Amino acid sequence: MKTLNRVTLKRALAVGISLAGIAAGYQVFAADEAKPAATEQPTSLRISPSQYRQSITDIFGSSIAITGRFEPETRDEGLMAVGARTANVSDSGLERYDDLARGIALQVVDERHRATLISCKPANAKAADEACARKFITETGRLLYRRPLKEDEIQNQIKVAGDSADKVHDFYAGLSTSLSTMLVSPNFLFRYKVVEADPAHAGQKRMDSLTKAHQLSFLLWNAGPDDKLIEAAVKGELQNKAGLQRQVDRMVSSPRLEAGVRAFFSDMLTFSDFEVMSKDPAFFPRYTLKVKDESQEQTLRTIVDHVVKRQGDYRDLFTTRNTFLTRSLAALYDVPLVETTDNGQPMHWQPYTYGENDPRAGILAQASFVALHSPAGRTSPTGRGKALREAILCQMVPPPPGNVDFKFVQDTTNPVYKTTRDRLTAHRSEAMCAGCHKITDPIGLALENFDSSGGFRTTENGVQIDTTGDLSGVKFDGPIGLSKAIHDDPATVACVAKRAFAFGAGRSPTTNSDDWKQIERGFKDSNYNFVTLLRQIALSDMFYAVPTQTVAAK
Amino acid sequence: MTTMHRRRVLKGMMGGAAVTVGLPILDCLLNESGTAFAATGKELPTRFVTWFWGLGLGEQNWVPKETGAKYELPPQLQSLKPIQHKLNLFSGGQVFLDGQANNTHFTGVQGHMTGKVASAAEYFGSVDTLIGDVIGKGTRFRSLEVSCDGDPKACWSARMDSGKLSAEVSPLALYTRIFGPEFKDPNAAEFVPDPAVMVRRSALSAVSEERKDLMQNLGAADKAKLDNYFTALRSLEQKLDIQLQKPEPLPACSKPKAPDEEKEVSTLAVDAMARHNLFAQLIAHALACGQTRVANLSITQGMSGLRKEGEPSNHHTYTHEEPIDPVLGYQPKAAWFQMLYMKGLYDFAMAMDGIQEGDKTLLDRSILYAYTDHGAPRLHSVRNYPFVLLGSANGRMKTGLHVADPGGAATRVGFTAMQAMGVPLNSWGVNSNHVSSPLSDVLV
Repeated sequence: MKTLNRVTLKRALAVGISLAGIAAGYQVFAADEAKPAATEQPTSLRISPSQYRQSITDIFGSSIAITGRFEPETRDEGLMAVGARTANVSDSGLERYDDLARGIALQVVDERHRATLISCKPANAKAADEACARKFITETGRLLYRRPLKEDEIQNQIKVAGDSADKVHDFYAGLSTSLSTMLVSPNFLFRYKVVEADPAHAGQKRMDSLTKAHQLSFLLWNAGPDDKLIEAAVKGELQNKAGLQRQVDRMVSSPRLEAGVRAFFSDMLTFSDFEVMSKDPAFFPRYTLKVKDESQEQTLRTIVDHVVKRQGDYRDLFTTRNTFLTRSLAALYDVPLVETTDNGQPMHWQPYTYGENDPRAGILAQASFVALHSPAGRTSPTGRGKALREAILCQMVPPPPGNVDFKFVQDTTNPVYKTTRDRLTAHRSEAMCAGCHKITDPIGLALENFDSSGGFRTTENGVQIDTTGDLSGVKFDGPIGLSKAIHDDPATVACVAKRAFAFGAGRSPTTNSDDWKQIERGFKDSNYNFVTLLRQIALSDMFYAVPTQTVAAK
Repeated sequence: MTTMHRRRVLKGMMGGAAVTVGLPILDCLLNESGTAFAATGKELPTRFVTWFWGLGLGEQNWVPKETGAKYELPPQLQSLKPIQHKLNLFSGGQVFLDGQANNTHFTGVQGHMTGKVASAAEYFGSVDTLIGDVIGKGTRFRSLEVSCDGDPKACWSARMDSGKLSAEVSPLALYTRIFGPEFKDPNAAEFVPDPAVMVRRSALSAVSEERKDLMQNLGAADKAKLDNYFTALRSLEQKLDIQLQKPEPLPACSKPKAPDEEKEVSTLAVDAMARHNLFAQLIAHALACGQTRVANLSITQGMSGLRKEGEPSNHHTYTHEEPIDPVLGYQPKAAWFQMLYMKGLYDFAMAMDGIQEGDKTLLDRSILYAYTDHGAPRLHSVRNYPFVLLGSANGRMKTGLHVADPGGAATRVGFTAMQAMGVPLNSWGVNSNHVSSPLSDVLV
């Protein structure tokens, strides 16, 4: 069992966390406070599969198919975007990048794409052509490496393209070899943080302009900078407030922002776990593969609509009655849906608003949350409660001890303990279990109206489900009550702000700084407008603070 | 390169042992007794495969009363009965925590696979990679990693200089990687180097040239990370180099049948084991075809999420929640999974044993190293670990034994395997998990 020292207690109190857990000998604590500051962390970040895909789409268009698998990601401080710091490239991983790269490069130069994607024509398509190769490599390399290529890098690539073209007597094959080489280069696969002497503060360093550019574009767009941003960085414009603001304003109003917001919430809501999640069709015939994919899309659409299009209050995401549905999702949720518009046109995704008295509202009632955090055949209030604490409130729940007797939880046929709540209550009566379960179960049990697949129910084994609970002392009943409690909990907004910063920076913010307090204030003053939050992070000095271990000035 | 003389063919055939059905001509490449390549006198290669299953074998009841050759296989291992003479069962070993917390499903494996119990971030130099450094040089793949439940993170292999490797989850993708268009049949009469491979090989040197520029301004941690990248790049270059050379003929090599397209990943144990059996065939063939000498298979991560059809809870949940049957002495629902996995281990062993290489089978030339994350599953204990080692490492390991080492360090099993595989180490492991003597009963 964990011992509770004074420092931890103070810390837990300082971040305003449930006292129930502490009283029982356990504590929840803000996840990023839990670990001592690492001393030897890398600062370079491996680009994620979604960043890779987004970059290729931004550079070459959406008609380039990206087929193949990526190396798995690791989660750190709640995000894959932070885990990217320690992500390596293994032998099999590089083979995969190599396969992807060749697949992409062949398409870019094929007859269907070359006219639009290669801005010059060789004098002879059956031989090397230095001028055209130079043009393509310079233009494309700049977007892939997120900076202008140096002359010797260009020369190297011209040689690769030329040698290859000569060998197989095909200019485009040569270009494809060069492109696939750039696509497996660490200059593309990793983001490096480069610092330079800070002219305003003698003896200090600052992030160089191009590093600022990609940090900004990965925060807002989940991909590398476009040509305009690179241009601004090369001119040094990002090193002054006005120049930075011009770019941030442009980027925030770009349609690419949606991709950034989607990627951020997919990461924060741990959607990558869907890859290894399935439901038993014997219990949940409506939970098909299609539903699994669509449930993620449902939540992302709800989010984009609410925080980007309507620029609504972030907290309302947990209570909003507006969402989007397909026919299969409507079947899962058992709500009627007519799949045509007023003039009879078919419509795959439809906006849908739950009625005033409907027990479902907000993104936590969607299958992307309640089904993702349930085992294949039954619910787990503990699992849901833990996920809610960790993903939405940025709190950490300690792992259970090894030698636990779960006999009560298991026995679903016990005549005394008919519902999951009964069984968990019996389990919690054991002292060693009580501490953690007080943290997770009262919030998880409020979601018991949703079965393991996300379908709605009011009874279990013939007994009415009791969905009362409490969050940090606030009592409520049912999923609507829980969603209101989450809406009102100060940890909810503090959490999304920290995660958004970390998503772009690859590290959690120092939350006791004045800079951070200003960002939090600005978020509050904007009525928790998420786009304003992103804008403030993008304009803050702390977002570009020199990490502890960086590339030295050149 | 080996040339073939009529005399050698005859000699090989007269040798008798080497002449097996289907491949008589190629067996002439072996010496008379079928133990080595005729042309070079080099011994046929030794291979090493790790095989991980989650959540142990049960409480105490799996430990046979007798040690040595005359012991009864426990109920959980009954499916291995037909090849009991080709395996060793190890019991009693434990992982010493030395004051570290037992991070369940991790710390135990960390201890006996890497010799060091430390934080979760430290997992370096697993047994298979130390062995791979000795036996695995010069093959197309340094090693192959697979997992059967769709989770690419279910893999315990990690080199000294990098973190854990990731696993291939699709048999079809593994097939394509090994036996797809880039596969060169070692027994093909003709060999023409592929110009596309030559082009790729020389193009990669452009990436190597970026190294110096990238490295010069990085801090230590970023340098190490970039070093890992360049290690992987060298492996890729080596793989292409190997594809440009005529491979050494291997008598037992044949191309397996391509697996079907994947079904959706499910959490049903039977689906995972079906995928396991496809992987078993592919790995056995990859080993016989000289594509690699080291492979690592995991059925799941330690916390097995596999289920039996129609039951709402998974294997891991059962180990926690199911009462121990007072008559049987173990958790019956959890035991269903253990037995299913052990049937899989038998199938894997048979995929290797079905390939004859001269006077021995592929299994005989290998160690198939089966290990788990916990001793007693209900307690998630780090004591009394079961290990099942199959094959005799090209004759360097005796088989058919139960070796008990109650209270000893579980690292002795890995150390013993490394000794049999010729890893030049006098001792292995850190603090209480440090060992310097192998379990010599099994070493020849």
